[in-house]
Amino acid sequence: MDISKIPGKNTKHKVFVYALSTCVWCKMTKQFLKDNDVAFEYVDVDLCTEEEKDKIRKEIQAKGGPLNYPTTIVDDKVVVTGFRKDLLKKELEL
Amino acid sequence: MTSTIEQLRKRAEADARTSGCYLVPDKDLLQGFIEGLQTNEQRYGYSSCPCRLASGVFEFDRDIICPCDYRDPDVAEFGACYCRLYVNKDVSEGKKELPSVPERRPIEKQARAFGAASIPKQEKVAPQTSAIKEEVEDLVEIRPKLWYCRQCGYVVYREDPPYVCPICKAKREFFTEIKTKVEFFT
Repeated sequence: MDISKIPGKNTKHKVFVYALSTCVWCKMTKQFLKDNDVAFEYVDVDLCTEEEKDKIRKEIQAKGGPLNYPTTIVDDKVVVTGFRKDLLKKELEL
Repeated sequence: MTSTIEQLRKRAEADARTSGCYLVPDKDLLQGFIEGLQTNEQRYGYSSCPCRLASGVFEFDRDIICPCDYRDPDVAEFGACYCRLYVNKDVSEGKKELPSVPERRPIEKQARAFGAASIPKQEKVAPQTSAIKEEVEDLVEIRPKLWYCRQCGYVVYREDPPYVCPICKAKREFFTEIKTKVEFFT
């Protein structure tokens, strides 16, 4: 699976974004994290193989997330769905 | 041949006009949505929603080909479609902010996009009944039905009736399934 790691000075939380390469709101979420210097990882699910997609579906659902994009997982437990600046700021203490 | 950005934008504009909604006023957002649609058209052969994961199997993605089945009820209820490519008049004129729109597409339809293309074609058409096959049956089998609008008579062959009749704008409740029976005479 092609997981991209984006470096950043803010490493307070573990941040993982499930995204789509075609989705504007996913791009804005990634940009928001970059602008705030937050270190994070992401995967563009639409660019994954079918086997990987199936694995990702189970992974997201196991964490209680919906199958919507972007879905941001903070510290393996908090799920933020959509580009929600307010929620991301709160969860990431920005 | 893939449509150009301009062709896709004009198609969306024309569709907005005929269905009483508007395109998002923010030019950058609009450009982003149209580019996403173009990528999906190149990738799958149809411009499925850029904000949703498509399966690449036309039958599974039919409901999310833009404008998706969920656009009209979402624009009516929230003021925008799920992507927010299409908006209502107030949002278009800046009187209301771009809303956030929850996903209306049923979870079982969303789940089909994951790993669907890896299932051999034959199983999609005629799922068998062994234990392993049963596990994927819900994921892969499409059972279209005939539905008719009791208000105007419009007939559609889809898994579910439309949320709004595209002809007379009657609500989903106005659709009734047409039960068909095939008899053989000797």
